[in-house]
Amino acid sequence: MNGTRRKIPVVPCSGIGKSLGAVAREAAFVLAEDLRPDKTKIVALSLLVLGDEGARREVAGREAVAIDGCKLECAAKGLACSGASNVHKVAVFDVVRRHRGLKPEGVCDLNEDGLRLARATADEAAKIVDNVDAEGGHA
Amino acid sequence: MPDLPRKKIGLIACSGEELAEGTVTRRAVRKVLETLRPDDTVTLCLPLFLAGGEGERAFARHYPTIAVDGCDKRCAAQATEKYSAKPAASIVVTEIAKESGCGAIGTARRLNENGQRLAETIAEKIVEETDRLLKKKPRDAGRAAGREKR
Repeated sequence: MNGTRRKIPVVPCSGIGKSLGAVAREAAFVLAEDLRPDKTKIVALSLLVLGDEGARREVAGREAVAIDGCKLECAAKGLACSGASNVHKVAVFDVVRRHRGLKPEGVCDLNEDGLRLARATADEAAKIVDNVDAEGGHA
Repeated sequence: MPDLPRKKIGLIACSGEELAEGTVTRRAVRKVLETLRPDDTVTLCLPLFLAGGEGERAFARHYPTIAVDGCDKRCAAQATEKYSAKPAASIVVTEIAKESGCGAIGTARRLNENGQRLAETIAEKIVEETDRLLKKKPRDAGRAAGREKR
C-alpha cells in the first residue's frame, strides 16, 4: 500500500447569491471533513480563478471533483481551465431533483433542508471519489 | 429627465474555501447586501469572471466595485482587475483581523463568535467604502443603516 498517494482535489462553487451555491460549498466540507477526509482535499475556486500556481499544481493533470450549484458550472470550468485531466461533475441542481421534498434556504446559514441536501450531494460525490480511488486516478 | 440607472456598488467576496477568513468575506458581504445597504449594493460572483459571466464582467467595468478578500493573495481584487477593471476599494480580512487582535475565528466551515464579530467589523468597513463611493452624507447613511433595526 502506498501511503503517499495524493488526495483528490474537490472544488465547490463559490456562489454567494443563491442557496444552491451554499449547498455546494457545505457539501464539499461534508465530503472533505466528514465522509472522505483521507481521500479528498478542498481547493479554493478563487485561487484557480486567479491562476495561483500552488492551486494549479494541485489539480493540473489530475482527476478532480467539481460541486456546482447552478448550470453555469463555474467550479467545473475552473478545474478544466486549470488543467485537470478529468472533471467529475456533481450538480446540486440535479441532486435537488432527486430530493424534491427538500427546500433549501439561506446562504450564510443554510436551513435544515439545505444541510440535508448538502449531505445528499456529498454522498453522491463520495461514490465518485471511491471510484476514482479504486481506479488509482489520484496517484 | 431620463430615467437613468441607479448607481450601485458591486461587492466581490473571495469566498476562499480553504480559510476561515474566506467565510468571513461571505458573511460580511451578505450582511451588507441583505440588511445594511440593500438598495446600494449587488454581489458579483467571482468565479463567473473566469466562467464567462459577461454580465459580471460588464458590471465591474462600468460600476465601482469593492473587493473583499480573506488573505493577502487578494484573489477577488486581482481577478476583478484581470477580467474587468481595478476595484474602487479593496478590503483584506487578515489585515483587519490583525489590527483588531480578534484571536482565533473558527474554521472555513463554521465561524466561532470571534469570527462572527469579525464579519460584522468587515461589514461595517464595506459600508464605509460604499458610502464613500456613493458620496452619501452621514444623515443618508444613518437612515439606510437604521433599516436593520426595523
